[in-house]
Amino acid sequence: MSDSVKPMNSPEPLGQLPKPVTSMPSLAKVEAGHRAHTPSAVLAKIRTSHPRSSRVPDQIFGVIILLSAISVFAIVVLVVWELVSKSQLSLHQFGLKFFYGHDWDPVNGNFGAMPFIYGTLVSSLLALVLAVPLSVGVAVFITEMCPQSLRAIISFLVELLAAIPSVIYGLWAIFVLAPLLRVYVEPFLAKTLGWTGLFSGTPYGLGMLAAGIILAIMIVPIIASITREVLIAVPQNQREAVLALGATRWEMIRIGVLRNARIGIVGGIILGLGRALGETMAVTMVIGNTPQIAKSLFAPGYTMASVIANEFSEATGDLYLSALVEIGLALFLVTLVVNALARLLVWSITGGTARVRA
Amino acid sequence: MGVGIEVHGLNAWYGKNLALNSIDMSVPANHVTAVIGPSGCGKSTFVRCLNRMHETIPEAYAEGSVKVGEMDVYGSGSDPVEVRRRIGMVFQKPNPFPTMSIYGNVAAGLKLNGFRNRKQMDELVERSLRLAALWDEVKDNLHKKSGASLSGGQQQRLCIARALAVEPEVLLMDEPASALDPISTSKIEELIFQLKQHYTVVIVTHNMQQAARVAELTGFFLMGSLIEYDKTEKIFTTPADKRTEDYVTGRFG
Amino acid sequence: MDQGATAFAILAAILVLVPLLAIFAYLVIKGIGSVNLAFLTQTPKPPGEAGGGMANAIVGTGLILAIASVFGVPLGIGSGIYLAEYGRNRFGDFIRFTADVLNGVPSIVIGIAVYSLIVVRQKHFSAFSGGVALGIMMIPTIARATEEMLLMVPNVVREAAYGLGIPKWRTTLSISLRTASAGVITGCMLAFARVAGETAPLLFTAFGNQFWNLKLNQPTAALSLQVFTYAISPYDEWHKQAWAGALILIVMIVGAVAAVRLTTRGSLKGA
Repeated sequence: MSDSVKPMNSPEPLGQLPKPVTSMPSLAKVEAGHRAHTPSAVLAKIRTSHPRSSRVPDQIFGVIILLSAISVFAIVVLVVWELVSKSQLSLHQFGLKFFYGHDWDPVNGNFGAMPFIYGTLVSSLLALVLAVPLSVGVAVFITEMCPQSLRAIISFLVELLAAIPSVIYGLWAIFVLAPLLRVYVEPFLAKTLGWTGLFSGTPYGLGMLAAGIILAIMIVPIIASITREVLIAVPQNQREAVLALGATRWEMIRIGVLRNARIGIVGGIILGLGRALGETMAVTMVIGNTPQIAKSLFAPGYTMASVIANEFSEATGDLYLSALVEIGLALFLVTLVVNALARLLVWSITGGTARVRA
Repeated sequence: MGVGIEVHGLNAWYGKNLALNSIDMSVPANHVTAVIGPSGCGKSTFVRCLNRMHETIPEAYAEGSVKVGEMDVYGSGSDPVEVRRRIGMVFQKPNPFPTMSIYGNVAAGLKLNGFRNRKQMDELVERSLRLAALWDEVKDNLHKKSGASLSGGQQQRLCIARALAVEPEVLLMDEPASALDPISTSKIEELIFQLKQHYTVVIVTHNMQQAARVAELTGFFLMGSLIEYDKTEKIFTTPADKRTEDYVTGRFG
Repeated sequence: MDQGATAFAILAAILVLVPLLAIFAYLVIKGIGSVNLAFLTQTPKPPGEAGGGMANAIVGTGLILAIASVFGVPLGIGSGIYLAEYGRNRFGDFIRFTADVLNGVPSIVIGIAVYSLIVVRQKHFSAFSGGVALGIMMIPTIARATEEMLLMVPNVVREAAYGLGIPKWRTTLSISLRTASAGVITGCMLAFARVAGETAPLLFTAFGNQFWNLKLNQPTAALSLQVFTYAISPYDEWHKQAWAGALILIVMIVGAVAAVRLTTRGSLKGA
């Protein structure tokens, strides 16, 4: 701008300027009525009643807010610290053997967590197998098929499913689901699919199958709500593009919607897995609490979370307690990895807008 | 009463981008001064520098000298919050506080700055609403209706009343009528004309007719520089700079 | 194929809703008979004996939730304010990640940590430690809800406040947070509903108690714990009471969720 003419910074006196607008009589009258008020008095009052610097209160507020944010981090650090320090004894005593040892023998001080790891994995995977098709189905139903009037109601009911406490699921599973399984479902499965070995032995009702089913019911709302979010995030023009090619509705959903949303759906599924792995009460109430590895899903089992719930407050001896804390530490690490993975996937689809609740 | 504004060597940046280049300008007290120019020329940035609103944008900063009356806006002891308390601002889009009543909106600046006298506050609210030519339209619903329930033009006059309630010496208006219909616009323009009796008004506008109607002085900005600054009449009839002439005659911009 | 897929989606919706309806139906049918004045005013009777109630557990749950809220709500809202108003940077991303980690920690693990941190040091189970455990679980939910809601407050509203010379702390509390208050309250209620029925973290913190306790440093009964204990017991009388306790618990929680739904209808995404 070197060639610019230096602007004239002090215009001539303005006294004789022609008025660009004619005066407004009505407003002028209003004005005249209130000219008696002396603005500067009030102004001065605000200024004196209020010390001039706002920096100190602003800094104090900033520090308080920063501290509460740091508290979140501090809590996580404390949790990890307690888990690591309290599990040292068991970590040193057993090393890696802890994770593949089959023996859980508090009396003789011998601890192997394999049956619990197995129970956690099998019950969670079983839950996924049952929950995934249902969740995706219900999400597709809500976003693509459901009449507008039903949409809000069904979404609300599915969310309500997430609000039911674990202990109530457990109560219902003990007194309703388990007898149902024992009397009808398990005999039927034994007859038709008994040859696989997965459905054999005495139908107790309580056992791995009951745990898997109740977990599936519990994680459906998580997977369904995230799937719904990612389905909504699929741009409308993707749907229209497929429909314009002459696709049927199902083809449109499969090609235009599910294909585009698959990474996000996988994210939702993994998030559901994270919840299933750490779920405690409902599973504890129906899985049978027997540390064994059995092929049949009818047989009772035990999970990592359940053994902590059942034995932690009664554990005698430092080594026993330490072994239970180590299971807790393992559970924490596994869910951490699983959740991180899930969030990464969900965020890659929705750009971080999806409300993720687990 | 209003006070004058003296600007010397004002530079403003957004991160590494220079948005204002060494602005010198002298705004007289109790006059309406318009700032015009094509979009992106720095006219909004300029008024936002006058009350240190510019720096509320992340990575934005300004340097130079701005004196509003006796107050050194960018002086070492200067507090941006204090500066803004003494310089009112009206924004492009009406932005009443959505959860507050009409009264609450106008009183917000007073209350949140620690003003407690109820009776005086009532008076100030009424005076500000009258000044903003909104009193007759809202006086029956002061506490009942929320600020957000008013029409766009009323909302903008509410925002003007809100700015006036804290008794500023200078009123900055950043395209105050750009989101409004013609009738609301003419009301706001009448209002601006009245306000200069008490305040120094600086108004940014992309509408040259508006500048011609309300302002006694006009500054023309282009690419971050002040090209020409003179009496409005002169700017629009016999500008000294070719670029100003091109702009006001509609040849670019 | 088209019809098959449609049928499957409808079937899935039905299969998902059946357990929900079944659970509510059973809670009402089995629970309502045992909810009476004695249940609401008396403490538990010894095993197998008829009568008694869960008054102490209802009060205990209230006590624990009050402690949890006192602890969790301010920290949650504070962190949410940080994330929205100060945390648009690396450190903010880090805190956001940490909050997500905390959100994913299994509740039983929170129980272990609070046991080691508080119960071991105090040398006894307590209502306080139970409240802290639940409070910790509330923080991430409230923080993220507060952040989201504050980010929805248009920036012009903040500018208006700054333009009036209102300091940042005042603007944040009296303008931004106030504008976002409906959503923030929703977040708090959802967090509250989420922890109200939690049992696992209370097993070795609040621990449970068959008698009245209003002292913060003593073991305390809680509805969820009582339902658990009674459900796995061999006594029919206790089973009935477990259903009744569960009914009361679910009424509390669904009441909270539904209240939130009704007051914020449609205005809040995903709430």
